[in-house]
Amino acid sequence: MNRIKVTVALTGLNNTDNPGPGVPVIRGIRDSALFDPRIVGLAYESMEPAIYMHDIVDHTYRIPYPSEGAEILIRKVLEINETEMIDVLIPNFDAELLAFMKAEQQLREAGIKTFLPRIEQFEERQKSNLPSFGKKYGINVPFSKEVVSQSDLDSLRDDFEYPLVVKGRYYDAYIAYNREQTGIYFSRVAAKWGLPVIIQEFVRGTEVNVVALGDGEGNTIGAVPMRKQYITDKGKAWSGVTLDDKRMLDLTHDLINATKWKGGMELELIRSEENKFFLIEINPRIPAWVYLAVGAGQNLPEALVKLALGMEVKPFKTYQTGKVFIRYSYDLITDIKEFEKLSMEGEL
Amino acid sequence: MNMKLKKNIALSESGFVFDPTTGDSYSLNQEAREVVRLMNEGKELSEITDYMVSIYNVGRNDFEKYFFDFASMLRQFRLLEDEQD
Repeated sequence: MNRIKVTVALTGLNNTDNPGPGVPVIRGIRDSALFDPRIVGLAYESMEPAIYMHDIVDHTYRIPYPSEGAEILIRKVLEINETEMIDVLIPNFDAELLAFMKAEQQLREAGIKTFLPRIEQFEERQKSNLPSFGKKYGINVPFSKEVVSQSDLDSLRDDFEYPLVVKGRYYDAYIAYNREQTGIYFSRVAAKWGLPVIIQEFVRGTEVNVVALGDGEGNTIGAVPMRKQYITDKGKAWSGVTLDDKRMLDLTHDLINATKWKGGMELELIRSEENKFFLIEINPRIPAWVYLAVGAGQNLPEALVKLALGMEVKPFKTYQTGKVFIRYSYDLITDIKEFEKLSMEGEL
Repeated sequence: MNMKLKKNIALSESGFVFDPTTGDSYSLNQEAREVVRLMNEGKELSEITDYMVSIYNVGRNDFEKYFFDFASMLRQFRLLEDEQD
């Protein structure tokens, strides 16, 4: 069978100790028996490793940060499109999603298909909106509050007991055991991710996650639960194992059905000591550990590309339990000329 | 009393136990493997005790004490079929 040629552009090429999902998403697409992909990397930084992994990414372009202005970012993508004729665009960072969601129509007119959550879906699951989200959909959610200044931290004792969790708008979470630590983490998170900072009740238990894909009509195309087995000092999974937990799957299916979620998502849950699940975060994109789902039998990146292209996608029914992923670091040797080309010409 | 491991718990010949619901794994020594095998065969405590004291150099009272310690550990880890989730 002739495979379908498709050009897929992606961000998240930072396969570092705080990895973006780009490389595992690409690996899933490259594993596809259906597609013959050309992978166009979109990089914010010159040292994102996948730029130099030529068996993973065919060609990479530097793009401006969304903070420089969504219009500038979209204009650059459209400029790249004139050369690359992008079929599908998969943004992999939370902080850029809104810009691409807002430009969906503009991108489509240029022939670039996306399969992203709708803006209202994206907004209502924001960390700061999580308590009302939990209430609306009947899900246990830890109590949380937004803070915008150091002085707000003094009033936290009315609502919280220590330890508590200090979270950035998009990334980062720290457990603070007293007022002093809360202040330090507030400053650190605010400096990196801006305001507001979210203070969340600490729920004692085991962190478990689900990667899932919704078709936007309420159907779950695929879902694989995982428990982190080794966690880095940045809180990232360095290894994990697929689980067989019906309650986690039911929760995911119910949530996707109720929200009519469109696109990839990651549910971050805590299984409490009383064996209850608390939703601590919904990431509105495919997570960096998605290749575990591919290895367990659900090629969600391939399914995402099919959905974006408007192809029929049948929901996955099964996956293998007890599949393990282990990350590793690897020294890629390249030449300064490659770095020079990307830096000076903006592409490689 | 009839305790068994939950049906979905994977127990290998080597004594490796994997709980696919939680992702936890454990290792059993030779004696624990035999006890779990007998439990899973539906044997009563008296039958398990008969077997173990006939094979190992242990008295009935001592074995039953060890057995209840082991069973409470399995219960604590939610590995037993009679446990409520």
